[in-house]
Amino acid sequence: MSSDALRAAQESAVRLGDAQPGFRGIIVAVRRPLGSAPGATDPEELELRLLEFGFVEGAQVEVLHEGPIGGDPIAVRVDDMRVALRRSEAMNVILAEASA
Amino acid sequence: MNLSTIPTVALVGNPNCGKTALFNALTGSRQKVANYAGVTVEKKEGLAELPDGRRLRIVDLPGTYSLRARSPDEAVTRDAVLGRLTGEPAPDVILCVADATNLGLVLRLALELKTTGRPVVFVLNMIDIAERQGIEIDVDALSKALGAPVTATVATRRRGLDTLLEIATAQATGASAPGPDLWHEPSAADVRDAHRAARDLMRTAVRPPSRPDTLTGRLDGVLLHPAAGLVILLGLLFLMFQAVFAWAAPLQDLIEAGFAALGAAATAGLPPGWMQGLVVDGLIAGVGSVLVFLPQILVLFVFILLLEDSGYMARAAFLMDRIMGGAGLHGRAFIPLLSSFACAVPGIMSTRVIDNRRDRLTTILTAPLMTCSARIPVYTLIIGALIPDRKVGGVLSLQGLVMFGLYAAGILSALAVAFVIRKVLWRGGSEPFMMQLPDYKVPDPVNLLRNLGQKAWAFISRAGRIILPLMVLVWALSIWPSAPEGAEGPAIAYSAAGRMGHWLEPVFAPIGFSWEMVVALIPGMAAREVAVAALGAIYAVGGAEGDLAGVLSRQWPLASGLAFLAWYVFAPQCVATLAVVRRETGGWMWPGIMFAYMLTLAYLAAFIVYRVAVAFGLG
Repeated sequence: MSSDALRAAQESAVRLGDAQPGFRGIIVAVRRPLGSAPGATDPEELELRLLEFGFVEGAQVEVLHEGPIGGDPIAVRVDDMRVALRRSEAMNVILAEASA
Repeated sequence: MNLSTIPTVALVGNPNCGKTALFNALTGSRQKVANYAGVTVEKKEGLAELPDGRRLRIVDLPGTYSLRARSPDEAVTRDAVLGRLTGEPAPDVILCVADATNLGLVLRLALELKTTGRPVVFVLNMIDIAERQGIEIDVDALSKALGAPVTATVATRRRGLDTLLEIATAQATGASAPGPDLWHEPSAADVRDAHRAARDLMRTAVRPPSRPDTLTGRLDGVLLHPAAGLVILLGLLFLMFQAVFAWAAPLQDLIEAGFAALGAAATAGLPPGWMQGLVVDGLIAGVGSVLVFLPQILVLFVFILLLEDSGYMARAAFLMDRIMGGAGLHGRAFIPLLSSFACAVPGIMSTRVIDNRRDRLTTILTAPLMTCSARIPVYTLIIGALIPDRKVGGVLSLQGLVMFGLYAAGILSALAVAFVIRKVLWRGGSEPFMMQLPDYKVPDPVNLLRNLGQKAWAFISRAGRIILPLMVLVWALSIWPSAPEGAEGPAIAYSAAGRMGHWLEPVFAPIGFSWEMVVALIPGMAAREVAVAALGAIYAVGGAEGDLAGVLSRQWPLASGLAFLAWYVFAPQCVATLAVVRRETGGWMWPGIMFAYMLTLAYLAAFIVYRVAVAFGLG
């Protein structure tokens, strides 16, 4: 990726948790969540689960549907698999919008 | 042949890739398969035989994305693969089973499995669907890049099984000696590296589909639509409960007539006396009054099996997630709870897919509030007897509406109980919810019929094993001791059952239960539907004329009937459920808590319903 393209990618960075149905992009980063509520999943554990479900840098993502209440959870296509996840977890997946 | 000399082959793969279908095809077993992640939660074993008579021990394991197990079911897979189970060495060969239409994640798992040092065979299952979608897989290139033999199968059509067994046997008998076990818990960096390697494998060996499946996308456009999706889900559930009443009726009439004829034949064929009483009043009236509900239970199972096999279950979980999350239930609780509509026992076992212990316990404690099929005989008997068979608004049956209301009461109270547990007693952060949405498939009629046959048989054999002996006991207790000479009132009032019922009556009088109802509750502790059989026997011994529903409609005030229904929404009357909770939680504490809280709710609900109904003049 050239430095121009990299900057463009950073400018168009979107958190998957904020994306609307129809959004397409490429994962540029999967973050370890910052801090968490007591009793909630350990941050590294969540990162590992996202990775094991195919949310990994370079994967193509399309937001397909959102749930009936508060638009949560969301159904997304990650490469060739359909996955449902909650927006709060999806906040840790950073996307660059695909040029249409 | 000594079992220990038979090579062991373990089936490992992502959830819902067809491991159990393959296991069934290889071993001739009939383990449950369906189209959602997490059907298999236990280790299952069977023997497969090659055409030349050599044999392999096949072990089916719960699906997983990684050996880094998070939930109890995944821990089974990890321990079996790594040989950590006591008395159980690591498998001689690992069959890494892949859904050929969805290779990305399983290739990473295959690379992880290779680090265990056991020989791995990569199985491209559902290759027919991949071919139909125009996915081209270069088997030789994949095999070379993966460093493992690759073979293709269609488990449901028994394609490629002999080749697979041949390759597995060759691997097991030393084509390549097992290497050292280098597996360790992968870190995030390890997972990223493995993904990169898996992606390279994909690029070398797999051409993406030229005719991708568009049906799933189009169906989801409707079924996951924020408004239409919810309406369809509620409509499906509503149709299910209407159908339980409407579609089963003709068959039920047939079974009822059959038992009536059987009773008449037995009366005619047997000499009058205790033997005739036992057969006619105890066995035929008792067991018959439960078996009559077989058609309804089958209609319910047809619906549940269709939902499971089509791939809709995961969608229902998606639509319900926020509602369940609001009550503090884990997203993965949906499938255990929905399975509990059939029976809480498999429902509670399927909570093994939930990793957080508190989330799992909450689901276990609420699962028996879902209306299981054993409640159907109780509900339909009382509804049929006391609720008029009228249409509401010209189309909906009033009886069906009451039934729907009972199911809704169960669901709402489960949500309320979960809320109290998780938001008041055990507050804590919510667990992540990530779930695969499988492609829709047309349900396989053979699988459907086989499952349905198993359910029917389970219900009938339960009637034989549990209800029949209990009925002999109920009958005996309701005729013995006989009434003294010159006694007033029915003879049954002097029997052990009658005395017990009268003795307990004051406890149940505030909730409107007659002594007959109390007597029925006692054998009904074993299983809910036994109460119906017991009522059948008690009224038959008591000399009541006509079918049981007719007797109840004459003898029970509506308020008492409604209180009885409310009691059964909550009543913990199922020994099998309490036993499975003990097994899953490792002690008597949780079944004890479950029994106490459900009994309390049952009494309270019956009390409120009875008092309100009496206040409205229905007593």
